[in-house]
Amino acid sequence: MAMAALRREGRRIAAPLISPQPINPIRSSIASSEYDTIPFAFRFVYIYIFRNRMKSVRNIQKITKAMKMVAASKLRAIQTRAENSRGLWQPFTALLGDTPSVDVKKNVIVTISSDKGLCGGINSTSVKISRGLYKLNSGPEKECKYVILGEKAKAQLVRDSKKDIELAITELQKNPLNYTQVAVLADDILKNVEYDALRIVYNKFQSVVAFLPTTSTVLSPEIVEREAEAGGKLGELDSYEIEGGETKSEVLQNLTEFQFSCVMFNAVLENACSEQGARMSAMDSSSRNAGDMLDRLTLTYNRTRQASITTELIEIISGASALEG
Amino acid sequence: MLRHGPRFLLSRASAASMGWRRQFATDLPAETAGDSKFVEAWKKVIPNIDPPKTPSAYMAPRPPTPSTIPSKLTVNLVLPYSSILSGKEVDMVIVPATTGHMGVLPGHVATIAELKPGILSVHEGNDVSKYFLSGGFAFVHANSVADIIAIEATPVDQIDPNLVQKGLAEFQQKLNSASTDVEKAEAQIGVDVHSALNAALTG
Repeated sequence: MAMAALRREGRRIAAPLISPQPINPIRSSIASSEYDTIPFAFRFVYIYIFRNRMKSVRNIQKITKAMKMVAASKLRAIQTRAENSRGLWQPFTALLGDTPSVDVKKNVIVTISSDKGLCGGINSTSVKISRGLYKLNSGPEKECKYVILGEKAKAQLVRDSKKDIELAITELQKNPLNYTQVAVLADDILKNVEYDALRIVYNKFQSVVAFLPTTSTVLSPEIVEREAEAGGKLGELDSYEIEGGETKSEVLQNLTEFQFSCVMFNAVLENACSEQGARMSAMDSSSRNAGDMLDRLTLTYNRTRQASITTELIEIISGASALEG
Repeated sequence: MLRHGPRFLLSRASAASMGWRRQFATDLPAETAGDSKFVEAWKKVIPNIDPPKTPSAYMAPRPPTPSTIPSKLTVNLVLPYSSILSGKEVDMVIVPATTGHMGVLPGHVATIAELKPGILSVHEGNDVSKYFLSGGFAFVHANSVADIIAIEATPVDQIDPNLVQKGLAEFQQKLNSASTDVEKAEAQIGVDVHSALNAALTG
């Protein structure tokens, strides 16, 4: 009879190991204190649940680590180009000055953002700054429009400013960025949008962990002339002799269009660098979190496993000692 | 592990304090008057978010106009892909403006010149370096700083004469067979650039 009881116990122990119950996903998160209240047949199921959870967290950790490596290599490639392009806008700022507080009727805010996500908070920052500029430059007789580069800013701005979006351009980085592509884009914008001042919002790449939201202002030729006559920063513009072209306004128009394409080129490159840097740090913290989660899960898994073994032993031994009498 | 604890804490504390100190380092030049107006206007309307930076925060300020004519001209030649010359002190540069080649010496009057494809020669002492520019702008400031912004600049010895001849013939043909204004304009630009290249190689 003792042997029969033992054999029965043995079969009961072996059965769940051979054919596990279907896993109930609702019970997947249990505290070890609740373990004792769970009926016997379900206990082995929880070990499988833990193991599956750990497997998926481990996979996530591997994927985010790989994404970090990819972002690091892309950043290396684009960082040198961004740094080389920094000299491009400096002569224009030296000549025409930096006038973010200029007061004009038609403002166009060019927001540069990324197409892909998982890059931290840089797109939200750009959108917040764009909305801030919109608020700053709205008033009677003034109008403000958006030109959006990149999917992420479009998704955020379409929600409340849909009527103010003039142009939305996506898939900018399908081919590696070069000046010709940006020049064509700048030409498109200048042709289709009426503007007095263009305010470009982007994240400037300072270092792998620091991105500064920046805004550059490009004025239309009429406003440049108006500001030059008014004096102030552009007041010295009249003292410059103009060589080439028939009239001063023709040269000024070429100048402002060239300035816009140069500033856009630098802005797009800097934003791309910031995107890769932000993605690197986001993926890094994600894989670190996954590692922490894995450690915690391993501890609970081991505790669960040991507790189930102890309980089995106690039951067998108490069963056997009950039989002995 | 507990033994390393204090050392770890100490290094973290010192790193944090170093970071705090580094935040005040002024390697960025001070803000100009226009920026402070912008910053104040921003703070009034949007007090919760920091105002964005502007390009003048990233640039070193230019030297003021000196009272006497300086002896050397400071040249910056920038392209979208690199800065070929930045802050180089030379004696003279000859830029290919649309109205003809223009020589710039220190003390030249402030000028904005539109450039056509042609040769830029930089004279320093007895060295002359020649670059073929694709076109762009040249600014000469009153403080004897010349900024030349072009899309492409190649040293003349890197240009292949055969390809120039081929290109010239091709664009001549395109110009003759062009029907729309856009095509004519594009072909004309091609002819201009290639004849300038030709002249650069022979002249």
